[in-house]
Amino acid sequence: MVHGIKDNLAPLHLHVPEPKFRPGDKADFSDIIVPEVDAISRPDEHASPADIHALAYGLVRVLGDDNHAVGSWNPGLDADTLRAMLRKMLLLRAFDDRMFRAQRQGKTSFYMKSFGEEATSVATTMALHSDDMCFPSYRQQGILITRDYPLVDMMNQIYSNSGDRLKGRQLPIMYSAKDYGFFSISGNLTTQYPQAVGWAMASASRADTRISAVWCGDGSTAEGDFHSALTFAAVYNAPVIFQVVNNQWAISSFSGFAGSERTTFAARAIGYGIAGLRVDGNDALAVFAAMQWAANRARTNGGPTLIEYFTYRGEGHSTSDDPGAYRAAEEYALWPLGDPVTRLKDHLVAIGAWSDEQHEALILELSDFVKASQKEAEQNGILGHGLHHPMETMFEDVFEEMPWHLKEQCEQMLEEQRDKFGPEWEAR
Amino acid sequence: MSEPATKTMNMIEAINSALDVMLAKDPEVVIMGEDVGYFGGVFRATAGLQKKHGKTRVFDTPISECGIIGVGVGMAAYGLRPVPEIQFADYIYPGLDQLVSEAARMRYRSANDFICPMTVRSPFGGGIFGGQTHSQSPESLFTHVCGIKTVIPATPYDAKGLLIAAIEDNDPVVFFEPKRIYNGPFSGYYDRPVEPWSKHDGSAVPEGYYRIDLGKAAVVREGEAVTVLTYGTMVHVVKAVVAEYGIDAEIIDLRTLLPLDIETIEASVKKTGRCMVVHEATRTSGFGAELAAQVQERCFYHLEAPIERVTGFDTPYPHSLEWAYFPGPVRLARAFDKIMKD
Repeated sequence: MVHGIKDNLAPLHLHVPEPKFRPGDKADFSDIIVPEVDAISRPDEHASPADIHALAYGLVRVLGDDNHAVGSWNPGLDADTLRAMLRKMLLLRAFDDRMFRAQRQGKTSFYMKSFGEEATSVATTMALHSDDMCFPSYRQQGILITRDYPLVDMMNQIYSNSGDRLKGRQLPIMYSAKDYGFFSISGNLTTQYPQAVGWAMASASRADTRISAVWCGDGSTAEGDFHSALTFAAVYNAPVIFQVVNNQWAISSFSGFAGSERTTFAARAIGYGIAGLRVDGNDALAVFAAMQWAANRARTNGGPTLIEYFTYRGEGHSTSDDPGAYRAAEEYALWPLGDPVTRLKDHLVAIGAWSDEQHEALILELSDFVKASQKEAEQNGILGHGLHHPMETMFEDVFEEMPWHLKEQCEQMLEEQRDKFGPEWEAR
Repeated sequence: MSEPATKTMNMIEAINSALDVMLAKDPEVVIMGEDVGYFGGVFRATAGLQKKHGKTRVFDTPISECGIIGVGVGMAAYGLRPVPEIQFADYIYPGLDQLVSEAARMRYRSANDFICPMTVRSPFGGGIFGGQTHSQSPESLFTHVCGIKTVIPATPYDAKGLLIAAIEDNDPVVFFEPKRIYNGPFSGYYDRPVEPWSKHDGSAVPEGYYRIDLGKAAVVREGEAVTVLTYGTMVHVVKAVVAEYGIDAEIIDLRTLLPLDIETIEASVKKTGRCMVVHEATRTSGFGAELAAQVQERCFYHLEAPIERVTGFDTPYPHSLEWAYFPGPVRLARAFDKIMKD
């Protein structure tokens, strides 16, 4: 029933966002404004957030159309560092391909690639100190790869096998590596946001020099934790770097469902009094430069920064997702910011520090390395093939010490296994 | 060795003392929450602590329970020992995701890589005309969560010793403080004058460090006829009713709901043959259901009567009808009549 209709007013209508292209449509990104390199020059790292609003609406870029690094944001990295960056991004891509295939082969239950977003984990991590704490979402495996975490250990976790450091308790890709400054990944979105702030507050309160960096996707910015985190970070001037990987998609929902039709994600920072930068997420040098700016700012008590990486999720959300069911087929190929790996490679070639031959050779080398690592990991078992941590370990680490009720339940489980597998199971 | 100096304290003073002792003892202890800093807390539990220990150890926060607990998880991951306050247990829900999905599972999901030695303090329970959102007893929401310990003291002495143990514990603890008994024990006879803690046992509190281990119940009255399992404010209500009617009840103050002191419970019920569970919280799926199930499984052949549950009703906590809702002397007396009949 509709109450109180007034003749002189047009009826209200509810706006439900709709992406511009659906399956069968021809994608056309000509409306995306890609500003010139250095359209907004690099401000001082202690600039007041109020004075740099334009950066939250612009797009920090370093690599121009001619593949050269130019402008005030150019971090001026040497060729060795650039090649190391390229190598990490290619290794990440090779790892993703291999693990995606492993899931398709039934060796594990689940995988998530970061195809097209490699710069947002690799270049960012290279701009941090090795003991800064990263609070990733599930699409920043590039942090571990950049910090030389063993691929075999990543694979062991994906296979939930006897070598899995997390003892088969966690869904594949939910890594945890404290020694590598990589916080335990949770399935619950954006919970890591206030946690990163708390970690940074702790570091500041102990007069430490370490900072924290946290990642989430565009969709996850809608969670309440995002607001709590930005509020706390602003209130306590916490040395934390907020990062939003705006890859346009949250599973099947385009970024409009997180509010992108009205403003940028970087602009969210403005209301909190936090520095906000919007960055070409497929320009590894721009990503590095923005992260370095924010890290310097945080490290010198300049306060928090929110960085939005404007990028595109090149493939499905996960191995359980078919993007062909909700978006146009060739969006990634038409994406105006290109591919982060190709752009970095083209830059290295343009400055005479790399060649197509070297590139092909490196891809083969990394592919072989990943394959060898996979072979090694599979010796510890694959999911569902029996090689796992002892069953009793299911009950460990719920608490520091196991209380009586868990001991009872553990004994019950062991009896069930004896019933199921007979006496030979006992001698395992 | 000389006796440590004791002082008569109410529950607020005992909690304040525990926090003070731990701030002094352990540089990693940090206290935060709404109004806990300069002002010293709406119940005065943190009075004077900021002035004494500094603003980076005891500080005010934005009004965001999600933020308070989420930031606490991050601080604990760094290596601090945060003791956040949630102003009323009724307002803990915005922080529930951080408690249930994060704090409780941190050790497990990371296989000991990251831990969460955090103690969330929160005033809880009714009997103060607090209406719907200043009276709730949500303990069973937490006992149902794997990885969280739930503690509820009933005296100043226990409050201090248990809080110190909770802060020192390397697992996340939810520490519910029955605000009805902050200033004095409550008999449930709301029309009688309330006496201060100074006239009661449990108000002599050592000034320095001591701890009461988590997971250990206290037999507050020995008896032969029936075992009463309870905690918080209801310990005192049960004591008053038992005295009024001359019932030879064994009253067990659980103190820690999880991990539960099953040995003390089992020994008592096997001795008395009867068991009543009493809590303020609503009945359905309340912690009493778990207690009744445990007793039924372990003491079935010793039971001479069905287990009785005396609880709040399954309604939101009402304002004007508080004394019809509260599980007070009449409801308890009727339950004792029923359980002693068989």
